[in-house]
Amino acid sequence: MLNRFSRAALVLGLFAVAPPVLAGGEDVVVEDAWSRASIGTGRPGVAYMTLRNTGAEPVVVTGLRTDLAMMPMIHSTTTDAQGVTRMSHMEAVEIAAGEAVALAPGGLHVMLMDLQRPMVEGESYTLSVIFADGTEATVDVPILGIAARGPAN
Amino acid sequence: MTRLQKGLWAAVAVAALGAGAQAVMESRAPEVATSAASLVVAEFELTGHDGVVRTEEDFWGKWTLVFFGFTNCPDICPTTLAEIAQVMDDLGPQADAVQPLFISVDSDRDRPMDLAEYVPLFHPSILGLTGTPDQIEAAAASFKIFYERVPEEDAPDGYMMGHTSQVFLFDPDGGFVRLYGYGTPAPEITSDLSARIDARN
Repeated sequence: MLNRFSRAALVLGLFAVAPPVLAGGEDVVVEDAWSRASIGTGRPGVAYMTLRNTGAEPVVVTGLRTDLAMMPMIHSTTTDAQGVTRMSHMEAVEIAAGEAVALAPGGLHVMLMDLQRPMVEGESYTLSVIFADGTEATVDVPILGIAARGPAN
Repeated sequence: MTRLQKGLWAAVAVAALGAGAQAVMESRAPEVATSAASLVVAEFELTGHDGVVRTEEDFWGKWTLVFFGFTNCPDICPTTLAEIAQVMDDLGPQADAVQPLFISVDSDRDRPMDLAEYVPLFHPSILGLTGTPDQIEAAAASFKIFYERVPEEDAPDGYMMGHTSQVFLFDPDGGFVRLYGYGTPAPEITSDLSARIDARN
């Protein structure tokens, strides 16, 4: 009996701290997506874009999918006060309602590991951004030159 | 000892060296500490992506822009390479007085041939340099830069490199001039460098 009560309390507790309802891919607009060309398939590729949440609820990006790379993931580049730069894997990226998150050089970026084919300048590929609720936003990513500095190049 | 362990110990050694150097600087009087920049020197023996062994003396007579990275780096390194390429384009005829050097901190993966298929694609003037772990460690110590091998299960070959991401400027006498922080826009580097080249001529 006690056990049942405590279980109920635990469940209630979980509800109490549960995040608000999360919106999904239908509310997210992907803007200014671009990639740099690769040399062969031996080194990881990169993709940049802006994810704009036009909805009234926060959304959480939990994964990526593309036939270009077996392991696409969001990484964060951070530079400390001494100018040392490191990368770390982001399991989830939250975008507040009405806000945008920029994946741009020197910050968040999509690291495309285990490339299945070379990334050729002038071509493009499809990338799906997967959200916590299972929905997706799909974007066509143009591949720019290896020395491209931004989507306008 | 496995190869990875050796790499890690090399990183630890460099980290210890870096920490030691910093401790020395901090323990000195402030007026000495502010001249810490003068402790940065370019001393190295590394192999260019053309297979030719180079030391710092090979670049005396030119302004050199030195930066560090590795070719398996998807974000920071190509971004800096692209910025420097833009600087070299924008300098016009003054570019002849400038030599950009990309020094790899990843000797296991970046052999000269690996740099050869990567670095010149950003700009033909950029020279990639690499070497043995000892050579890279020695170069890093002279520039007072930090690098480390970070085990990362998901990364290619199971590791990533953390490294100093500023760009170092040396004058034609080989003297350290200044750092450009990561993300300094190409036009800022170009105008600063252009003024320095003009002032010296």
